[in-house]
Amino acid sequence: MREFAYARARSVDAAVALVADNPGARYLGGGTNLVDLMKLGVERPDLLVDVTGLPMHEVTEDGDTLHVGALVRNSDLAAHPLVRERYPVLSQAVLAGASGQLRNVATTGGNLVQRTRCGYFTDATKPCNKRMPGSGCPAIEGEHHNLAILGASDHCVATHPSDLAVALAALDARVGVQDLAGPQEIPLADFYRPVGDRPDLELTVRDGALVTGVALPPLPAGARSAYRKVRERASYAFAIGSVAAVLKVDDGRVRDVRIALGAVASHPWRARVAERALVDAPATPPAFEAAAEAELAAARPLRDNAYKVPLIRNLVVAVLSELVGDR
Amino acid sequence: MTRTWQAAPSVGHPMARVEGFDKVTGRARYAGDVALPGLAYGWVVPATIPRGRVLHLDVEAALAMPGVLAVLHQENAPRLTDIGEGTLFLFQGDRVPHWGAPVALVIADTPERAREAAERMRVDYLPEPPDCVFRADHPALYEPRFVNPHNETVTEKGDIDGALAAAAVVVDAEYRTPAQHNNAMEPHSTTAVWADGRLTLRTSTQYAYAWSQSLTRLFGFAPGTVRVLSEHVGGGFGNKGNPPRPDSALAVMAATLVGRPVRVTLTRPQLWPLTGYRTPTAQRLRLGADRDGRLVAVEHLAAVQTSRLVEFTEQVTMYSRPMYAAPHLRTGHQVVALDVPTPRWMRAPGEAPGSFGLESAMDELAEACGVDPVELRLRNDTADDPTTGLPFSSRRLADCLRVGADRFGWAGRDPRPAVGRDGRWWRGTGVAGAHYPARTVPSTAHATALPSGEFVVRVAATDIGTGARTALTQLAADALEVPATVVRVLIGDSDFGPAQGAGGSTGTASWSWPVVTACRDLAHRLASGEAVPPHGLTSTFDSTDAVRARHELARYAWGAHFAEVAVDVTTGEVRVPRLTGVYAVGRVVNPLTARSQLLGGMTMGLSTALLEESIMDGRFGDYVNHNLADYHVATNPDVGELDVAVVDDPDDELNPSGVKGLGEIGIVGVPAAIANAVWHATGVRQRELPITPARAAL
Ligand SMILES: Cc1cc2nc3c(=O)[nH]c(=O)nc-3n(C[C@H](O)[C@H](O)[C@H](O)COP(=O)(O)OP(=O)(O)OC[C@H]3O[C@@H](n4cnc5c(N)ncnc54)[C@H](O)[C@@H]3O)c2cc1C
Ligand code: SF4
Repeated sequence: MREFAYARARSVDAAVALVADNPGARYLGGGTNLVDLMKLGVERPDLLVDVTGLPMHEVTEDGDTLHVGALVRNSDLAAHPLVRERYPVLSQAVLAGASGQLRNVATTGGNLVQRTRCGYFTDATKPCNKRMPGSGCPAIEGEHHNLAILGASDHCVATHPSDLAVALAALDARVGVQDLAGPQEIPLADFYRPVGDRPDLELTVRDGALVTGVALPPLPAGARSAYRKVRERASYAFAIGSVAAVLKVDDGRVRDVRIALGAVASHPWRARVAERALVDAPATPPAFEAAAEAELAAARPLRDNAYKVPLIRNLVVAVLSELVGDR
Repeated sequence: MTRTWQAAPSVGHPMARVEGFDKVTGRARYAGDVALPGLAYGWVVPATIPRGRVLHLDVEAALAMPGVLAVLHQENAPRLTDIGEGTLFLFQGDRVPHWGAPVALVIADTPERAREAAERMRVDYLPEPPDCVFRADHPALYEPRFVNPHNETVTEKGDIDGALAAAAVVVDAEYRTPAQHNNAMEPHSTTAVWADGRLTLRTSTQYAYAWSQSLTRLFGFAPGTVRVLSEHVGGGFGNKGNPPRPDSALAVMAATLVGRPVRVTLTRPQLWPLTGYRTPTAQRLRLGADRDGRLVAVEHLAAVQTSRLVEFTEQVTMYSRPMYAAPHLRTGHQVVALDVPTPRWMRAPGEAPGSFGLESAMDELAEACGVDPVELRLRNDTADDPTTGLPFSSRRLADCLRVGADRFGWAGRDPRPAVGRDGRWWRGTGVAGAHYPARTVPSTAHATALPSGEFVVRVAATDIGTGARTALTQLAADALEVPATVVRVLIGDSDFGPAQGAGGSTGTASWSWPVVTACRDLAHRLASGEAVPPHGLTSTFDSTDAVRARHELARYAWGAHFAEVAVDVTTGEVRVPRLTGVYAVGRVVNPLTARSQLLGGMTMGLSTALLEESIMDGRFGDYVNHNLADYHVATNPDVGELDVAVVDDPDDELNPSGVKGLGEIGIVGVPAAIANAVWHATGVRQRELPITPARAAL
């Protein structure tokens, strides 16, 4: 039997002390991803530090910023009245993910740090640069119909599976982390590392940093937000493409727009090119389409995932158009 | 003894499952649940190459790991008899026939320890270049001697090419269906125990008796050595059919080697390479018709794959043999042996993929002729089997189509495609016919009257969740003319004698014959005053002669499916708000469990249409989406309103209970009805399954 130690962290500092700089240790949140990967032999930690007893369960207001503790369960986050009122995109994204049972145990922190669903990564009998650096990437020539079209490299074309993180990217959220050097907050956009030649390194923070929570700044007055996810199965399936958008329109013109794309890259993809193209542009489907096309000009689809390019374009147009329309 | 005669018959009543309470309370024990003292656990070491040879296994290292009792492999495994079943000819040589094939079995005192040692075992291979990818034009395709189970590979009537050349309207199209894996909830699991010179297997099988016979021959045991028990089986869909699955043979080998009970349970990912699946198919349909849509020619050709171990040719185009009238009719099959796992039965083998071909082509013909698709099928109805010329024992296709059209609200449908735009959705409707063979297989049953006034019926049947046990209880009660509450039906024990398994929609049709006959005989003996001795009075019936004495007729169940779909204009997501299925399935013994079977079939048809696809990576020879997160099976939100109805179908030419079997017909034609509806919604033909957003996108 594969044995590992289990410890229940008594404080944030104690948890960090156990895991930071210890490559064999992992934080245990809801366990819905980590435990699966352990069963598959993809993760083989020798120490699990259960963080679910730490005081990071609250959603609190601090001025006009909303703080979500890293242990807030996905279901509680989606149902929170302030989240539903101020950030519909976030509530919709969380509810579009996984299943009721999974959302009841999955944590906010665990969701952000979950690993890719690439089938070669989750199968320990296959090569995979992310799991075994230098072993190769069989997905590029193999099964990749749901892998990346943007920002990938010759070393890895995996996508990040989270719906929640896509909404956070559009909300300009900041991630609270703590490592041995102390606590800090970094923009979600800087939390994930570009793939490059080290797909095994996914985060910019130091190994073993604890995610303590997420801070949500207010949306511009009058802005609306929405999330839409496309999946092959009506429920209980990962996105094959998703769009989170925040849009503010005045006099038929775009005053503020933020667009994040899911299931297209190794991390939630902020569509900055499209956003720039839309500033002060008319809030019309042709303008949305031109902006989406501009963003997708950088797409490098593989043999079997080129369908994602028109899919994402259509989705961006549909979501932005809906945000413009009366509700 | 007193007998309680019952006025009202039990057959036809929606009796709840007799084992339902045990199942929902967890009291029912499945094969992998049974606790036994001294039980050891076997774990498969799977090949990680698709083709080649095993050069070396690091057995010593595995044996040194905690709890490991033994490692079974080619050097210490018992020598087996070649019974023509390569998937069971395990550890008899160093060849690797496909990815995931067992190269060793680690036996340990706990499943965790067995697994750890198995996963750590080093295996050295001499790999060879594999050929794992099925193609319609694969150069190694050939015509096998027969197709499953023992049917003609090719049938030919008239002059197809001449008729097509002369036909006013011709449809010529190719259709493809993917590999699919039948994922029952209960895993494959076998526990083998030697005691007093007999070997008892508790296993998850649809065919208890047949498995006992095959395993006896495989191991060269004396007849009667192997007893197979399968009291409760958590689903099968063909994937626990005959022949035995490898877990059974491995458990027998392991229990023999270590001299204690051994359990072998396969994980979900191991199901993909080891237990069978539906072959991918490539089909070509050529239909010729007059301007009114009357068929003059039907040609249906299919290519499928098999493994290097067994020639298993799915009978895809048999669907077209009895379906629609055509003076010129040709069907044929080709198969290619690849370095892949062995395909097996999956719900409605042959008819499920074959109906996608023919019923889609019929829709294309309806479009080409400008004839309503329901009317087109009615116009091509026939009184005799168009291939064999035999009369049908009953043929109620037209009734199913008419009743279905009525229930669904088909009348007044605008035949033009892509006219049903409704906000975010394109809406459309489609139809398909369906049939499934109504077979009856010889079986034996025993009916015993006990001094207590109760009755026990024994038959080596299996209830894979269908309600078979309940239906047999009702049939037995009526034959005995007693309330069902005093009848206990015991099943899932090969010691009860030869009996058909739960497969091919033959179960109830086959078992009921000896059950009803033995019960009637027993009732007669009791009525004529025969005394019940302390151990009971037993009547036994073997239906072999009776089944063989039947007239030669074409016997089928019939059906029609209607689908409404909505296709998202932005994303190509296909939803199915509504399905109607109407069936002629002989006598319905239990409307409750029958309805569940038909609903389940329709749901699996929907899942086939939109979701299910096993994806082969030819470099590894592995179906790489081998888990239930990546292999999508329909969930509740995928399933809309399901409307199920049966039409009257009295058929005295079947068996004494008039039962046709209805476990499979619910899936037949549903993918075509949905694909036809997607065409109606969007104007784009869907000739390849599943219809994912990538395929349906406009
Ligand atoms: C069948 C299935 C379907 C799913 N579908 C979807 C979907 O559609 N959309 C979607 O978004 N998600 C989906 N998920 C994923 C699910 O949302 C994640 O598994 C879940 O959010 C992870 O949270 P957790 O708390 O269980 O994390 P864990 O499994 O406990 O941890 C995941 C990773 O995060 C690390 N970790 C946990 N907490 C912290 C912390 N506080 N700080 C730093 N590191 C931490 C762990 O060490 C581990 O590496 C699905 C999962 C399954 C099994
Ligand atoms: S895409 Fe990335 S995760 Fe998938 S096989 Fe390639 S390296 Fe591994």
